[in-house]
Amino acid sequence: MKANQISLKPNPINRHKLKESFWQRAINDVKKNKVLYLIVSPVVLFYVLFCYVPMYGVLIAFQRFEPALGVFGSDWVGFDNFKDFFTNIYFWRVLRNTLTISLNSLIFGFPAPIILALSIYELTAKRFVKMVQTVTYLPYFISVVVVVGLIKDFTSSSGIITQFFSMFGMPIQSMLMDKSLFVPIYIISDIWQGIGWGSIIYLAALTSINTELYEACRIDGGGRVRQLITVTLPGIMPTIVILLILRLGGILSVGYEKIILMYNEATFETADVISSFVYRAGLQERNWSFATAVGLFNSVINIMVLIGANYLSRKLTDSEASLW
Amino acid sequence: MKETFGRKLFICINVVALILLMIACVYPLVYVLFASFSDSTQLMAHKGLLFTPLGFNLDTYKAVFENDMILTGYMNTLFILVVGVTISIFLTSLGAYFLSRKGVMFKNLILGFIIFTMFFSGGLIPFFLTVKGYGLYNTLWAVILPTVINTYNLIIMRTSFSQIPESLVESATIDGAGHLTVLFRIILPLSMAIIAVMILYYGVGIWNAWFNAMIFLNDRTLFPLQLVLKEILIQNDTSAMMQGTTNAADTYKISETLKYGVIVVATLPILMIYPLLQKYFVNGVMIGAIKG
Repeated sequence: MKANQISLKPNPINRHKLKESFWQRAINDVKKNKVLYLIVSPVVLFYVLFCYVPMYGVLIAFQRFEPALGVFGSDWVGFDNFKDFFTNIYFWRVLRNTLTISLNSLIFGFPAPIILALSIYELTAKRFVKMVQTVTYLPYFISVVVVVGLIKDFTSSSGIITQFFSMFGMPIQSMLMDKSLFVPIYIISDIWQGIGWGSIIYLAALTSINTELYEACRIDGGGRVRQLITVTLPGIMPTIVILLILRLGGILSVGYEKIILMYNEATFETADVISSFVYRAGLQERNWSFATAVGLFNSVINIMVLIGANYLSRKLTDSEASLW
Repeated sequence: MKETFGRKLFICINVVALILLMIACVYPLVYVLFASFSDSTQLMAHKGLLFTPLGFNLDTYKAVFENDMILTGYMNTLFILVVGVTISIFLTSLGAYFLSRKGVMFKNLILGFIIFTMFFSGGLIPFFLTVKGYGLYNTLWAVILPTVINTYNLIIMRTSFSQIPESLVESATIDGAGHLTVLFRIILPLSMAIIAVMILYYGVGIWNAWFNAMIFLNDRTLFPLQLVLKEILIQNDTSAMMQGTTNAADTYKISETLKYGVIVVATLPILMIYPLLQKYFVNGVMIGAIKG
């Protein structure tokens, strides 16, 4: 009882001591673990040089940046670059294309590895399982350049995919020149490349499901479908939710690498996304500040969506399915 | 237990679907392989799938290996690979060792400092200007250094290090070993599997990277293989667009054969080592999954 009272009412002197002891502890800790901090210093230096200095560089989004004048010498213009972006004739186009591509990839690309994992999980022959895994992981290791090279070749006017669809009356011309085909080609090739690799994590979750649960379900008279709904899906649900949150966090970040290799002026209408727009505005047209503002807008939206999705999942499900 | 008809049907459909998926995954590469050995005039006249090379000649590969850009590209990629992976493994081990120690006051602060970069970045333009500002423009270091630590790999390695029994470290410390000795004499020798995973992850990343090389390199003799490959594939695309003209036909023919050969040469090394090391690759995903 007495001890309680003391801890409830810390006297000012004690608090002062506590504060002092934080710095004391910090100094002692650095002294004690000097070598450890030395060991980590090159790593911290890397993050400062290549992640945090560029973060400081986003200040140029609020300037009319001139490389010769630097961040200190350039004129401050407030939110002008952002206003320029929101009133840009391409604003709605890049926003719409980014959302179209990422929503399609969410709807078709996200479930694909889950279905593959469930499908592999149903197999009984070990060697066949191994073979399916080896073969479906393979495309993951092919570079974007080669993947786009393959797409270009197969969908060119003489490519095998164009030939195949021309049997059904499609005109014989490069499919990558057709703006209505850009999104399907982008999504399908993404699935092709990522389906196998993406299934690994779900397979791991599936194999960790307690087999007694299936037994119990069977004894209760549950058929295969019941088992899938009452045991399998709840078993992998936390994994699905976490990966879904991460995916949602990137809803406005369609990467530029594949886009800028795949698109051309004939398909800008459906293919140009925020990141490729930033690339062109910044690195090709040298509109440094404007492009930085567009990129910053993108990052801020992304992080807000991520926090929102994580908050929702905490509210809707158990706290287990949360990133932090 | 007897299986019902419905169950048997399901198994059949499932197996057939998976076989089709496997064909879809592997056939494009088989096609490229066959095409690269084919005779180019026969190939251009051919329509539909290839089940065997059309004719057989090695002219394509002769052209590939006589192409200076491809050879220097190969050498540059190998240089970036060896130097980059070495520095990557070294720095990632240092970081992972620090983050796997217990009772260090600022560990969580530094961990947060590192994790934050996974969710927020300055974006492409400040990154470009920063790296250029360091004077790395048009040097291979611009391709090596900015990606030398991958945060995801660092977290995987930390998780792996922290699974090593603390008692091993303690007994070594009692015997007077410092942190560097513990790291290089005890932790690393026990972590060969994870180091293999890291070498592969970083290695594949470097082998396939092209974007930073494109924005930072101006001098064509510094181009890595993927950038050369990109030029050949894009170049082919432009000539394919003016296909009707007669004098373009010759260029088209050359790039038609060269293209497949280059894809094989650039992709085969990875596809050859991958099945041998598959279990290590998969290991990495599992360890990464624990942390989420």
